[in-house]
Amino acid sequence: MDFSIPKGAKIGVAMSGGVDSSVVAALLAEQGYQIFGMMLRLWSEPGLEAANRCCTPDAMARAKHVAGQLGIPFYAIDARDVFRETVVQYFIDGYTNGVTPNPCLACNRHIRWEFLLNRALALDADFMATGHYARLQREPGKPVRLLRGIDPGKDQSYVLSVLNQAQLRRAVFPIGELQKAEVRALADKFGLPSASVKDSQDLCFLAGRDYPNFLRRHAPESVNSGEIVSREGEVLGQHNGLAFYTIGQRKGLGIARPEPLYVLEKEPRANRLVVGTKDQLGQSNLRTHQVNWVSGRPEQEPFRAEVKTRYTAQAEPGLVTPSEDGQFKVQFDRPLRDITPGQAAVAYRNDEAIVFGIIRGEGAAETSFKEVKLFE
Amino acid sequence: MKSELISHSYLDYAATTPVSQEVAAAMQPYFSQMYGNPSSIHQYGQQADSAIEEARLVMAAIFKVTPKEVIFTSCGSESDNLALRGAALAAREQRNASHILTSPVEHPAVSRTAEQLARLFGFELEMLPVDEFGRVRAVDVAARLRPETAVVSVMAANNEIGTINPVDQIGAVCRQAGIPFHTDAVQAAAHIAMDLSSLPIDLVSLGAHKLYGPKGIGALIVREGTPLLPVQTGGGQEHGLRAGTSNTPYIVGQAVAFQQAALQREQHRGKLIEMRDHLIRTVLETVPHSQLTGHPQERLPNHASFVFKGVDGNQLLMVLDGRGFACSSGSACKTGSPEPSAVIKALGLAPQWALGSLRVTLSHLTTEEEIEAFLNTLPDAVHRVRMLRG
Repeated sequence: MDFSIPKGAKIGVAMSGGVDSSVVAALLAEQGYQIFGMMLRLWSEPGLEAANRCCTPDAMARAKHVAGQLGIPFYAIDARDVFRETVVQYFIDGYTNGVTPNPCLACNRHIRWEFLLNRALALDADFMATGHYARLQREPGKPVRLLRGIDPGKDQSYVLSVLNQAQLRRAVFPIGELQKAEVRALADKFGLPSASVKDSQDLCFLAGRDYPNFLRRHAPESVNSGEIVSREGEVLGQHNGLAFYTIGQRKGLGIARPEPLYVLEKEPRANRLVVGTKDQLGQSNLRTHQVNWVSGRPEQEPFRAEVKTRYTAQAEPGLVTPSEDGQFKVQFDRPLRDITPGQAAVAYRNDEAIVFGIIRGEGAAETSFKEVKLFE
Repeated sequence: MKSELISHSYLDYAATTPVSQEVAAAMQPYFSQMYGNPSSIHQYGQQADSAIEEARLVMAAIFKVTPKEVIFTSCGSESDNLALRGAALAAREQRNASHILTSPVEHPAVSRTAEQLARLFGFELEMLPVDEFGRVRAVDVAARLRPETAVVSVMAANNEIGTINPVDQIGAVCRQAGIPFHTDAVQAAAHIAMDLSSLPIDLVSLGAHKLYGPKGIGALIVREGTPLLPVQTGGGQEHGLRAGTSNTPYIVGQAVAFQQAALQREQHRGKLIEMRDHLIRTVLETVPHSQLTGHPQERLPNHASFVFKGVDGNQLLMVLDGRGFACSSGSACKTGSPEPSAVIKALGLAPQWALGSLRVTLSHLTTEEEIEAFLNTLPDAVHRVRMLRG
């Protein structure tokens, strides 16, 4: 527990009906904070409104029930329009520009920690708490530091490193100090429903459906077929749309060759998919844009760090070199196979998230994120 | 765990009211002592039956009708359903009627029922025009009545905007044409005496919980000779119009609640109107870009309702709740739907106004201190919510 939160503070708890945020609410209530629950109603495709994984009517009913058990006020907050305009648009923009976006980043930046936080503050909250597995360190006069959650399998600091200091100062992550198993045990102790919202790689607004069909409906220009070529420019086949391929992918290319071929790169301007052999795969460098120095103070000197290039990836050691415009490059100690433009690179020093940036594609359009930006 | 509410000023008496002590006390013996089924032959049954018939006499006396014209139901919504569906289907059966005339400011219990009758039974559903205050005019009813009109339904006083309709004039027009007239008086009954010996209304929906009675009990007054089919069929209770074992304690409690309302209504009216008008005046003065909804005079004495430009009404309710004031809005959807209600839409407000509705409804239990505290909080609460837009 973070003891730097003043006693008696008013805290809005972002609830989901799942075990993590329910335990957060119970822990804070037990410690005597004045708390209230909030739950976002998010956008789903018309006709699938009941199926948004993050806020089904069932989940809403569970969250409301937990709030009732704890005797705290609970408010459902409609974010459907703003979610469509930011998170879903970010997702569509990314694929339209030939990169692989992570819309959860836009959600944390624009929905949870802007739209929802502003509503919590309007409800006179001093802080907003969520069930994220991450830790914060507050010291007077210093920037708030964002640290990895104690449970390595659950750490969510990667998606939270989009937050700025104003957001972090208002944030409380009570279960970042706990293992998932401890959270479940607490749920039992408090008599809360202990079912997790199913961990899933699916995006909430896809409602369990596949993204290719979503893109066909909402961004048809992102799914034009084009040429599959080798590094040398030899045409080897046809792809169905760049959006359907990921860097490092081997299966499903539809090319008969003696040696297996892998997706090396996407060329959105030419709408070409570049493939090659295993030894051609892998990259030791990445460049970023859309950068967020978590402390709010860009570093000047190169530093050694562990860098995560996807939510689920292992952090890899390398050298982070800041550039004068506040962006940064990474030189990894060994090549990585799946550095994917559009995903975030987050550099950690020890357990602390230092800097966040969106991985830039070498051949990708520089005009990525034409409409929705993570940072102004 | 904790059970005390953070909200401590209840200003939502149009949503529901607390059960008065007199009502609760009157109900008490009928749960575990005089629990007989009023349809039974034995003395247990007789005891319950006589309590119910006593309650029916009380209700009949208040509305100046005969006891057999009082039908007990489970709530105001059920009364609306029975009135509209029962009258429409009876008129269809007896004279092949095909037309329903109602207003765009009805409670959903009326409008959803009318829509279903149109969809399933082919009734033509016609909407009466309303003025800027949400008021229906009798001349507009007269102009639209047809021989094949099954039933006309216009509410007595609106729940969202408080406007009182001229149901005496509308009823007169209908009676002259021989068309049954229904009014939903669930909100009005707490504040307006209805003498049905002179008022030309055939069907009147009532509910107990708007006037310090329990939830889950209501009544429909059916004037003799009004063609009506039962909606809930089964045993012959309630003169065959509403099957189901009678809910003795609630029927008794409802009668006491209506009796008290009839006795106390006039003595509370002056204070309520004074508080209401002070509240309306002050809100319009202190909150920029605010507007009263509903009629300035012809409105329920405890009812103040507003729209605020560029405000999300649901957000405003949350902020007010957080600061200790329980109010309501036009869009009653608790799941946070941002659609303005049909009633607010019918007023013809511009979109940037229509979502920002607030309803403040008072009681004789409301104190001047509560109102002052509310009036001191509201301008800043509206300001906070406005800052969230965009």
